[in-house]
Amino acid sequence: MGKLLLERLLTLVLKLFGMAVILFVVTQVLPADPAAVAAGTDARPEQIERIRQELGLDRPFHEQFITYISGLLRGDLGKSLLTRRSVSDDLRLRFPATLELAILSGVVIVIFGVGLGIIAAVNAGNPLDFLIRAFVVVSMGIPPFVLALFLQLIFAKWLDMFPLEGRLHTLMAPPPYTTGLYTIDSLLAGQWDIFCSSLRHLALPVAALALGRLAVGARFTRSGMLETLSQPYVRTARAKGLRERRVILRHAFRNALIPVVTMLGIQIGFLLSGAVLVEVVFTWPGLGRYAVDSVLSFDFYAVIGAALVIAVIFVVSNTVVDLLYVQLDPRIKHK
Amino acid sequence: MHSGASGIKIWYTLGRRNPGLLAGFLLLLPFLLFAALPSLFSTHDPIKTSIRELYRPPSPDHFFGTDELGRDVYSRVVYGARISLASAALIIGIACLIGMLLGTIAGYWGGWSDRIIMTLVDLVLAFPSLILALAVSAALGPGLRSAIIAAAAVWWPVYARLLRGITLQLAEMEYVTAARAMGASAPVIIRRHILPNAVYAIIVRISIDLGLAVLLLASLSFIGLGASAPTPEWGAMVAWGRLYFLTEWWIGGFPALAVTLVVVGITMLGDGLNDLRAVR
Repeated sequence: MGKLLLERLLTLVLKLFGMAVILFVVTQVLPADPAAVAAGTDARPEQIERIRQELGLDRPFHEQFITYISGLLRGDLGKSLLTRRSVSDDLRLRFPATLELAILSGVVIVIFGVGLGIIAAVNAGNPLDFLIRAFVVVSMGIPPFVLALFLQLIFAKWLDMFPLEGRLHTLMAPPPYTTGLYTIDSLLAGQWDIFCSSLRHLALPVAALALGRLAVGARFTRSGMLETLSQPYVRTARAKGLRERRVILRHAFRNALIPVVTMLGIQIGFLLSGAVLVEVVFTWPGLGRYAVDSVLSFDFYAVIGAALVIAVIFVVSNTVVDLLYVQLDPRIKHK
Repeated sequence: MHSGASGIKIWYTLGRRNPGLLAGFLLLLPFLLFAALPSLFSTHDPIKTSIRELYRPPSPDHFFGTDELGRDVYSRVVYGARISLASAALIIGIACLIGMLLGTIAGYWGGWSDRIIMTLVDLVLAFPSLILALAVSAALGPGLRSAIIAAAAVWWPVYARLLRGITLQLAEMEYVTAARAMGASAPVIIRRHILPNAVYAIIVRISIDLGLAVLLLASLSFIGLGASAPTPEWGAMVAWGRLYFLTEWWIGGFPALAVTLVVVGITMLGDGLNDLRAVR
């Protein structure tokens, strides 16, 4: 395990380096001039030129690259062209909002996705199975941003059950900062009303983000369960006279878990991609919305910074899933 | 008469064997027709504004209502089908060509070319696709063309990986060795012996990816990076319609519904094709 861990970590580092290079190359092909963006619309040529020197954009390619990479190693993602604030600081402020959304969605995906998958597999061929499969196909196809809009229209506007947007009621102050996750911070501070408000604000974005993904989860779980349920050892367990519940949960499900874990790893990327648009619809102050706002105002360093952070989360979580996979399936270790 | 009856029978059999394939096809059919003959199905000019008909709710005169400039939403959705489907086809087409070229090179020659190509493939696939597409299309500047290029730029690795796998597998086959022994050159072997055997796998993959490409393009446009006004592109229409969504929901709602139906339809179709292959 130690050697494997080391190997994976090394690949991870190389991969992150490669990704940083790709994003750097992307900034180099910009047709627009970052210096002109930073200088504003009415800037004179000499002002633009001064800012170009300030930003180091007049230096040769390799020098810029070295500055960029050594900045990255210090956790410095450069400064926003518009606000001149440090991109890393901005992202640090935005990160908890996205994390809260993603964690809760992940929980919903696991519980409902795996649950529906097991129900479908146990009832394979029944109308219930057909119903779940139809639900899966339809929900997989609904784009998160479309779902988000309709959820807003139906549950916030027409039924008035949930708040329209934002993380908290406008008249409420955020809870004292500990983790940045409003639900946890408010509980730690004992502010029950803020906890309720933040949960209510999370409901629609989480639903929009999770539905399609939990459908994918249900599908993976179903096929994994169907495969394990047909294995001889499951028949043995049944023949021993074990209760069906025990056979399904202890014998079949444990092995069906392996593809499910892989699936969850893949979901993380989709969660991060989907979160971008869902955050836009619900004016959720997270990483995705920061990236979009920066794209629209041509704030390139902010875009690259946000993209890099999201990509790092994605790659790191995939590596963790990879290692988990080995833990779950002892056969891989002996290969 | 006879052929008509047997035609129905074929559809009936298909529907029972593979309901997903049939349902997907039926969902897509109207949009394919819209894309092929938009002028036949539209009732109004899709970009003509009308100051006297702003924000009209759906009615027999305007099936899907009118938007903030008095344009007919239904006609815009009809014309949008061509833009969305053609752009998606272009994205996948470009991605597939690049991927086929690099994938077969990596698989057939191996060695350094393989290592370099596959490193690039791994790196691109390491990004969540929307995030990288966002960065690339931001770099290229807004517009439908940038969005298409950005989407293709994040998609080709999927095909490179697929083709490399197939090439590796087929290059081991005896008939390929035989062809090589007869002095066939690598391009000929790839074109005549490897690609024809990869066609079905590629088609299945394309059928699944097309829906995702429609979605990625709509997402980029929704953010504001794709088609610009007054182009009737679905994602851009949803983006504009969002401003009025809580009161005049039809402006963004119907294009949003169109994206959803097409994505669901293509996904079902792709799944159905995949099942057919599994049976084979």
